[in-house]
Amino acid sequence: MFVYILKRLLVAIPVLLILIVFTFVLMYAAPGSPFASERGVPPAVLANLQAQYGLDQPFHVQIWRYLVALLTEFDFGPSFIYRDQDVNSLIAQGFPVTLTYGFWSFVVAVLVGGALGILAAVRHNTWLDYLAVGVSIGAQVLPNFVLAPILVLTFTLWLGWLPGGGWQGGQWQFVVLPVIALSTSFMASIARISRASMLEVLTSNYIRTARAKGLPMRHVIFRHALKPALLPVISYLGPAFVGMITGSVVIDIYFSTGGIGQFFVASALNRDYGVMMGITILLGALTIFFNLLVDVLYAWIDPKIRY
Amino acid sequence: MAKTGVLCTTALLTLALIQPAWAQETHPVTGEPLAADQTFKYRMLDQFPSIDPQLIEETVGGHLARQLFEGLLTQNADGTLRPGVAEEWSSEDNQTWTFKLREDARWSNGDPVTAQDFVFAWQRAADPATASEYAWYVELSQITNAASVIAGEADPSELGVRAVDDQTLEVTLAQPLPYFPQMTVHYTFMPTHQPTVEAHGAAWTNPANIVSNGAYVLEDMATNEFIRLAQNPEYWGADDVIITEITGYVINDANQALTRFQAGEFDMMDDLPAGSYPRLEAEMPDVAHSVPRLCSYYYTVNHTESGHEALQDVRVRTALSYMINRDVITDQVLQAGQAPAYSFTHWATADFELPEIDYSLWSQEQRMEKAMALMQEAGYGPDNPIELDLIYNTSENHKQIATVISQMWRPLGVTTKLSNFEWQSYLEIRGNQNFDIARSAWCGDYNEASTFLDLLTTRNANNDGKYSNEKVDQLMLDSVTMSDPQPIYSEVEKILAEDMAILPIYHYTQNFVLDPTIRNWPTQNVENNWYVRDIYRVAAD
Repeated sequence: MFVYILKRLLVAIPVLLILIVFTFVLMYAAPGSPFASERGVPPAVLANLQAQYGLDQPFHVQIWRYLVALLTEFDFGPSFIYRDQDVNSLIAQGFPVTLTYGFWSFVVAVLVGGALGILAAVRHNTWLDYLAVGVSIGAQVLPNFVLAPILVLTFTLWLGWLPGGGWQGGQWQFVVLPVIALSTSFMASIARISRASMLEVLTSNYIRTARAKGLPMRHVIFRHALKPALLPVISYLGPAFVGMITGSVVIDIYFSTGGIGQFFVASALNRDYGVMMGITILLGALTIFFNLLVDVLYAWIDPKIRY
Repeated sequence: MAKTGVLCTTALLTLALIQPAWAQETHPVTGEPLAADQTFKYRMLDQFPSIDPQLIEETVGGHLARQLFEGLLTQNADGTLRPGVAEEWSSEDNQTWTFKLREDARWSNGDPVTAQDFVFAWQRAADPATASEYAWYVELSQITNAASVIAGEADPSELGVRAVDDQTLEVTLAQPLPYFPQMTVHYTFMPTHQPTVEAHGAAWTNPANIVSNGAYVLEDMATNEFIRLAQNPEYWGADDVIITEITGYVINDANQALTRFQAGEFDMMDDLPAGSYPRLEAEMPDVAHSVPRLCSYYYTVNHTESGHEALQDVRVRTALSYMINRDVITDQVLQAGQAPAYSFTHWATADFELPEIDYSLWSQEQRMEKAMALMQEAGYGPDNPIELDLIYNTSENHKQIATVISQMWRPLGVTTKLSNFEWQSYLEIRGNQNFDIARSAWCGDYNEASTFLDLLTTRNANNDGKYSNEKVDQLMLDSVTMSDPQPIYSEVEKILAEDMAILPIYHYTQNFVLDPTIRNWPTQNVENNWYVRDIYRVAAD
């Protein structure tokens, strides 16, 4: 197991490197520049700007410098647009926000989605099942860019219960709506996956045996059926967790949370090379890490899997 | 009269002694009952890249600079000049300007604001080492040696600005410029505190470091979320400031912002959702406002070889312009009070009279008839059609206008290929003349017609259509030294219309919603410059 983890981590390094180089190339291939402005920038000023950010250097020098700063000092460099700030400080501001609402969304999605799915499977073909399936399909087809405005209309404009956006250091009133908007579709997927896999497990032979022995239903489900039924759910949770804690552009834009999703889009539109690279690398590294974590969890839950 | 003055002064002095200054219930001048809560909240479209006056290059940061810093001169609610840090200003020849600074102007740390602070800031703006994207503004102001300092050929200390003493600033221009005082209102010319800038480098604008001299100071901010400003007790006019706190919220999505405005989360927003204004005006007439704004919307014609060859023919350009039914665009597409444009300079520009442009007086039928004839004369028409590339930056409004105009051109045998690009790509494509027709808009940097007309001179770097007419170039050079340049401006506009250098479409309005309890909003300021120190909130009835 230890060797396996080590191997995976070693593979991650070239993957990240390729990601960095590839993003770098794509970014420079895109037309426009961070310093383009409708009011022409005087040539001497432009030359100075480019020198300040090292854009006057040949491509291989730029990428080499970037990698060196990143690997030796963990420095993502300056932001090309927010001239008073650097990328590390922008990520330090935005990522905790995203992590907070992402984490709570994950908790809500797993608890509510899992409960709905298991309930629906156990009460298969009853009104409870139909209700759970109905709710989860409804939640699935409602994209968050539709849900977010509906939530704000309802809870902010009509009911006046919750603020329609902002973060204010993460006070709970500001977290509720982003969490609902972000977790809903994940919750629906978790409900459907856990329902299907629970149904499959419940019809298997060893469950029949357990029930034949006269074990109480509660015992059968929690002791014997739950763990195997969770396997497909867990393989889904890895990417889902990354998806949630790395934030959502839609959530950040609709709720003005100041999370990194918004930086990501803005950096692409403004050609803020520094921020774009920084967030891409962060998201890439997180994705790789959580995929590894899921694989390890898999082995732990399913004794049949050995690396 | 004199008696009232004395009484007012006494009243103000008394009030100044009682803290907090605005705990009383009525406005000292108008007598309106004031609300207990004197905070002002507004929506910002985007995160501002910087609030360093010499680095700001867009409107969100510009609005903040006007609260945080104070330049030599500022503006009254109607946009006319008003003393800022300078109490008096004068020039005998419009070329050497002397500004007398008030003695009680203070930085937020208590240091006096001196002429040296302005010298530092202006040199900093021009110095290529600062790499200010607004360095061109210093050059535009004609200050001696600005161009060579910006180009890195002269030392910043050679810029034509010097501190005669702590309270006297002397500016020397390369040529007379009667409207130079207007130009000092701009944020690029606001002072910066040298010790702070030097101590903290780029981080000097962080809430913990910043020292400013405006009516407000930076209290707190979170990137992409909000910024909060508090009253600056060191501000020389602090006793007259009523609003105690300003909060700006970054909300990108216009519809979301409008919902939150309607829920009462903040007091003001502009950049309303496309097409929402008519409904807002009908439903909330005391909340929705439309006022002139110093920007013109037009189509740039590519005059170079890379453009369609037919566009080199003035008859084709004229026909294209005549076919555009501006009334349809303002009254049916935009519906927010915009004015149809037949000339470039915005009609509300100070001391500017709209010239009489012939075709603006005709009916649309007459224009269309003329257009068809001109097109035939030029040898084009349905039998010899023209295909034009029309580019615009991605936006619902620009798309609608482009679609409507391409339909209007159809009878001429002109087909249009519409392409939209996001802003950065768009700037590059337009800047490299890779288009036939390009959607454009120009906003005045100061309230004087040359801010528009200079754009179409050969030497102007932002003249993306590369229109060039020696007469226009010469007239604009001459206009600089005139005490009344209006006749020249009229002549230039007439030449532009004869050449159909650009296709003017409409003059902007600023459309915004404002909580009706906020009073004294500068709706007359066509540059859309607002100073929160002048507004206040009345008690709701």
